[in-house]
Amino acid sequence: MKTTGGTPVTGTSSAGAEAAVGRGAKTIEAKEVNLYYGDFQAVENVSMKIEPNKVTALIGSSGCGKTTFLRALNRMHELTPGASVDGQISLDGEDVYGAGVDPVQVRRLVGMVFQSPNPFPTMSVYENVAAGLSLNAGRMKKAEKDAVVERSLRGANLWEEVKDRLDKPGSGLSGGQQQRLCIARAIAVEPEVLLMDEPCSALDPVATLAIEDLIRELKDRYTIAIVTHNMQQAARASDLTAFFNLEKSGRPGRLVEIGATETIFTKPAQQATEDYVSGRFG
Amino acid sequence: MASGVERRLLAQGSTGWARRAKDRFATLVIAAAFGLAMIPLISLLYEVGKRGLPGISLEFFTSDARGVVAGGGAEHAIVGTLVITGVAALISVPIGIMAAIYMTEYGTGKLRRALTFFVDVMTGIPSIVAGLFAYALFEIFFGPGIRLGVMGSLALSVLMIPIVIRSAEEVLKIVPNHLREAAYALGTPKWKTITRIVLPTAFAGLVTGVMLATARIIGETAPLLVTTGVIDSINSDPFNGRMQNLAVYAYNEYRSPGVMKQASYDRAWAAALTLIAIVMILNVLARLVYRRYRTEIS
Repeated sequence: MKTTGGTPVTGTSSAGAEAAVGRGAKTIEAKEVNLYYGDFQAVENVSMKIEPNKVTALIGSSGCGKTTFLRALNRMHELTPGASVDGQISLDGEDVYGAGVDPVQVRRLVGMVFQSPNPFPTMSVYENVAAGLSLNAGRMKKAEKDAVVERSLRGANLWEEVKDRLDKPGSGLSGGQQQRLCIARAIAVEPEVLLMDEPCSALDPVATLAIEDLIRELKDRYTIAIVTHNMQQAARASDLTAFFNLEKSGRPGRLVEIGATETIFTKPAQQATEDYVSGRFG
Repeated sequence: MASGVERRLLAQGSTGWARRAKDRFATLVIAAAFGLAMIPLISLLYEVGKRGLPGISLEFFTSDARGVVAGGGAEHAIVGTLVITGVAALISVPIGIMAAIYMTEYGTGKLRRALTFFVDVMTGIPSIVAGLFAYALFEIFFGPGIRLGVMGSLALSVLMIPIVIRSAEEVLKIVPNHLREAAYALGTPKWKTITRIVLPTAFAGLVTGVMLATARIIGETAPLLVTTGVIDSINSDPFNGRMQNLAVYAYNEYRSPGVMKQASYDRAWAAALTLIAIVMILNVLARLVYRRYRTEIS
């Protein structure tokens, strides 16, 4: 395991220069990935490919390791004390866990949107969107930054709603707006892959639809993986669906199957998948 | 009222009466307990105000006590208190906040637990021990009998650091983890996440904690008696010579009142009143800062 697939990425200051230009969507691939929290194995032997310019939905019951797996893709998993990873994950062929790879650099290329909206409470709408640039891209001309902020907010379908209150606190927006603000913040640094961990679970149906529309638009530019508990959402918004399951509680979660969303929802290969998507499980 | 309505919402005879009586009794007991708790506080403020005000005069704030037989003021003690406490805060705040950052953001396992334990122990150190520690330390370098303002500051920092650590730790702990994760997900290194996200979010709470810790140590007497000594004239240089402060000043005016006893006692009470006023100002400032800079954390 852990063979380096390409040039190791090190250093933390080079991201700024290319942050302004699009990087393009890239493939992220997992091979025989096992994930642990201390002695407890949360995910067992997952191999799957998340393809560029497609939305891949990860579905499955609570505790089956979808979120854990998602967080392993941009090395957020290891932030939990005691967490460890075994197996290989590669971004565009390059080993994400290879020797010399800087997790900070990985996270610049693989962005993430979280379950509940988490704008920085000390920052305005503008500052929130520009946060990735201000924090990590070094000095930048005001006009250039303005352009990135506008483009990101437009990209997140939020510009029209907030253009007159860019200097107001980001936490003053509604829940759905806050989540789109977080998406704008994530895409402002032009990642190659966007991971979404149940981005709509804290939102009402109207805000949920707005985010789903947005996800469909964003796939033109990014590779998107989304964890969801909402079957309709997976069916509506994704191209590929991966079904995770665990035999029983206390056992690690496994990938049961992955395929075109339509296939998974209409004629899946596995009985467990069919039971889950049709609401018969246990 | 329609005749068919069954009236179930009315108080039911004696049970309703008994319940109301119990409610009133409990309210009374709690109010009485609150009143009892307020008595010492109110009477203290009243007494200090009553006895302190006669000693308050322009002279009290604008002259020292050098060479005076009767009269004189406490300007040297006020200046000394502010300088000694200020330097103590300058030493304690960076150390305390950085230690708290270590404990909330970096520390794990045994080392962290050991630190928490020692901070707890430090919180309970008697203040005279802190004073003797500072004295013993300076004695090594400057010989016996050394008295400096900065020695007092050091002694006070020994008392202040654990308080700052504790309050800063509590404040940093309530910065939600999802904000740190949001920063990490943007490819932000840990140190920047702490300096640019965690600390600004916790700013109001940190300032409040520091101000309350300052208020806590500003009235210390014992550690200053053995470190900054007693002097009658103004000295604002903590690195050179003895330095007076309000608590020691009040103590001295009472212990050796001189010929005009009552005037000395008045000055002692005025010093006490001034000290309370400074503490109150710090408290009000803490509240203002908290209101102004507090961040709503979802």
